[in-house]
Amino acid sequence: MTGIDEDMGSAWTALALSLKVASCATLVCLVMGVGIGHVLARRRIPGRDLVDALLTLPLVMPPTVLGYYLLVVVGRKGALGAWLHDAFGISLVFTWQGAVIAASLVAFPLTFKSARAAFEAVDRELEEAARVLGVSEWGIFFRVSLPLAWRGILAGVLLCFARALGEFGATLMVAGSIPGKTQTLSIAVYEAVQAGHDETAQMLVLITSLTCVAVLVAAGRLAPGRTASE
Amino acid sequence: MVNRFALEVDIRKTLRSARQTFHLHARFSVHSRRIVVHGPSGAGKSLLLKAIAGLVTPDQGSIVLSGATLFDSAAGTNVSPQERRVAYLFQDYALFPHLTVRQNVGFGLRRGWINLHGDRPDPAIDAWLESFELCRVAHQYPSQISGGQRQRTALARALVARPCALLLDEPFAALDPALRSRMRAELHALHARLEVPMALITHDPEDVRVFGEEVLRLSDGVVEASSATEVLDPPGSYLHPPGHLPGEQRTEAYRA
Repeated sequence: MTGIDEDMGSAWTALALSLKVASCATLVCLVMGVGIGHVLARRRIPGRDLVDALLTLPLVMPPTVLGYYLLVVVGRKGALGAWLHDAFGISLVFTWQGAVIAASLVAFPLTFKSARAAFEAVDRELEEAARVLGVSEWGIFFRVSLPLAWRGILAGVLLCFARALGEFGATLMVAGSIPGKTQTLSIAVYEAVQAGHDETAQMLVLITSLTCVAVLVAAGRLAPGRTASE
Repeated sequence: MVNRFALEVDIRKTLRSARQTFHLHARFSVHSRRIVVHGPSGAGKSLLLKAIAGLVTPDQGSIVLSGATLFDSAAGTNVSPQERRVAYLFQDYALFPHLTVRQNVGFGLRRGWINLHGDRPDPAIDAWLESFELCRVAHQYPSQISGGQRQRTALARALVARPCALLLDEPFAALDPALRSRMRAELHALHARLEVPMALITHDPEDVRVFGEEVLRLSDGVVEASSATEVLDPPGSYLHPPGHLPGEQRTEAYRA
């Protein structure tokens, strides 16, 4: 009985950690996805299609492959990882911050793609009108483009959150499975099944499913084309 | 008060798409309070107006407005649209759909990153709303008001920042015929009160008749000096039966 109590305790810890990692990853994706999405939607930059393809790649690549790439970059022997360790004493491998990076990478295309589409759907003449009225480019972004694209972006952000919450492969490769430290919900499910703790596994699966359904319903309500006012 | 339009334009712009290329070569100098650029659709009228406003960068040439050089490819001058102090009335008004009439009108008065709050009192905005008879719809959104109110909102928004020129892109094309003649009279009366010189582009000879102090004709990207009588009474026009509309005008009327 005590074993199950302990398991449940660690289940809630895993849920809290998952929410923390997914929230941080979503924030990272939101800022970067909106920024890059806007640039690709509005600026004529060389190799735009190639950049778009590269940034969409995480959507189709196996998460373990992404995790491997991440280890190559941020691992102790990786270019960035070695520099971070030598200069700041920071090591991202086997930390929850590492899990955030893994989840961000995997979920990024979802915010980026929806942000780009949402910005492209904004009538260019509205931005031109603001420009002639003397408003700066940043002003136009915050006062015209972003408010008009917001719905589409938010729908993508919720999908991104759901994806980050369910991240498994890349997170396991980079952050490992340290209970209470890097063991997220989806990894805890795997561990519970491996250890034969069926009740814990069922509970974890139920929590995960409910969270994901809630997020998807919210995303569906926010999807463009279903505005209540029109 | 500079209320004479001294506009000198000499620009070239080539637009390329997969199927065709379009050359605009506009070279003219006008000095009046009201100029009308007349020409069929697809002649490059909007392109010319956008180049003056700074929304399109010409390939080469120069644009001088009331003594200020706005664009000069030889000298590398290209004043940003924000700094040209030119008002632009878009064909379908380009009102911000997420802002109320009042916020739309006050848009250019705020330079920051945040939109004007709906209820903040501002005498400048209220005066414009008053003179354009928009007080009643001040807190409504563009989708909730009539075509005429939309045009007045767009005009008020353009004029509130005290521009040195007003550019109008087919201002009446989006209106139905009855409203069109009313708004034309309204704009004419309004412009008589304002000190702002204006340039209007149109394919409608009626606009030429009402506003054309100085008339330019634009066809296939090339500008020629013209006159109101030439547009209104072109050589050979008696061949057309009275009441005959050119096809383009008819489609515009139906679209509206």
